[in-house]
Amino acid sequence: MSNAPALKDWPLWEVFVRSKQGLEHKHCGSLHASDSEHALQMARDVYTRRQEGVSIWVVPSHLIAASDPEDKELMFDPASDKIYRHPTFYEIPDEVGHM
Amino acid sequence: MDARVKPTAASVDYLLHLADNALVLGQRNAEWCGHAPVLEEDLAMANQALDLIGQARLLYQVAAERLNAEGRTTRPSAWPAGPVTEDTLAYFRSDREFRNYTLQELPHSPGLVPAGVGDRDWGISIVRNFLYGALMEMVWEQLADSSDAQLAAIAAKSLKEVRYHVRHARDWLVRLGDGTDESHQRVQAAVDYLLPFTEEFWVASDVDTLAQPTGADVPALRSAWDARVDDALAEATLTRPTAVAGYVPQGKQGVHSEHLSYLLGEMQSLARAHPGAVW
Repeated sequence: MSNAPALKDWPLWEVFVRSKQGLEHKHCGSLHASDSEHALQMARDVYTRRQEGVSIWVVPSHLIAASDPEDKELMFDPASDKIYRHPTFYEIPDEVGHM
Repeated sequence: MDARVKPTAASVDYLLHLADNALVLGQRNAEWCGHAPVLEEDLAMANQALDLIGQARLLYQVAAERLNAEGRTTRPSAWPAGPVTEDTLAYFRSDREFRNYTLQELPHSPGLVPAGVGDRDWGISIVRNFLYGALMEMVWEQLADSSDAQLAAIAAKSLKEVRYHVRHARDWLVRLGDGTDESHQRVQAAVDYLLPFTEEFWVASDVDTLAQPTGADVPALRSAWDARVDDALAEATLTRPTAVAGYVPQGKQGVHSEHLSYLLGEMQSLARAHPGAVW
């Protein structure tokens, strides 16, 4: 037992849930928890109550580096007029089916 | 081979004992809904309450089916007319007819403290969930192999649920015990208060006789349960109070604390005021 004061403000965790085998984990929200084990347990209770998942990842929010919303124009707009980057100019053989 | 016909169906009274344990604790734990210390735990406790109520429903359904098949002509006057249903068993039996352990019905507050919302102690709820869950993990394991196929199926489902309940409760027990001075002291008080109520698990009564041969042999699980409890208490830096020989609660025989009547009063009032109400 430690005499350190209780952790009153639990750190924030980002939660990623894989809905079924073979699919990727998708971000589904965040929660406050005292450590990773606790965060996994809480994520199970908060985000998988309706059979949403078969696997959970939790990541401390502060470890995620995010792009600045103010940089949106310089980051993403230049791609908007370069439709040739989309692979829509190829003839896809019928045998390939949906891609 | 034994020439006698082996009964393969569990007795109704034994099913009711299992169901009442689940329903009463489910109802108690649901009281945290909207009041738990943090949002995430609010959901966790409500999820577990729903697991327990779900177990109770399945058991009551089987019990009702068997009561109807018996075709008993006399039945308690409080029961509504028509076939017995899960609702009859949950909402129209009185406290003396409930066969749950007394442990299940105690409020979430330390002994002799008013049971209002503000007096609820998370430590009590966690310790109870752990003490009961550690037992039921072993009971459902045994029942999953029961010769009563319906009971075995309910047990297999319940086993998965209780394994999570125990993980959740044990995790909190260790966090609170090995936490701050205040959390340690409060959860130790909860252990001291609740542990004597578990004596009831081990004192054989007609419920344990009725359990055979399809049910679990609870008194025989004592040393395995003790080992689980001691292991968790040690990790949580808590001490096990010395056992004192005294009154052993008899909830499973229908003799309850005063708390059950209030719990049932709240739970049953709607169904009794508006029998058959649906929405």
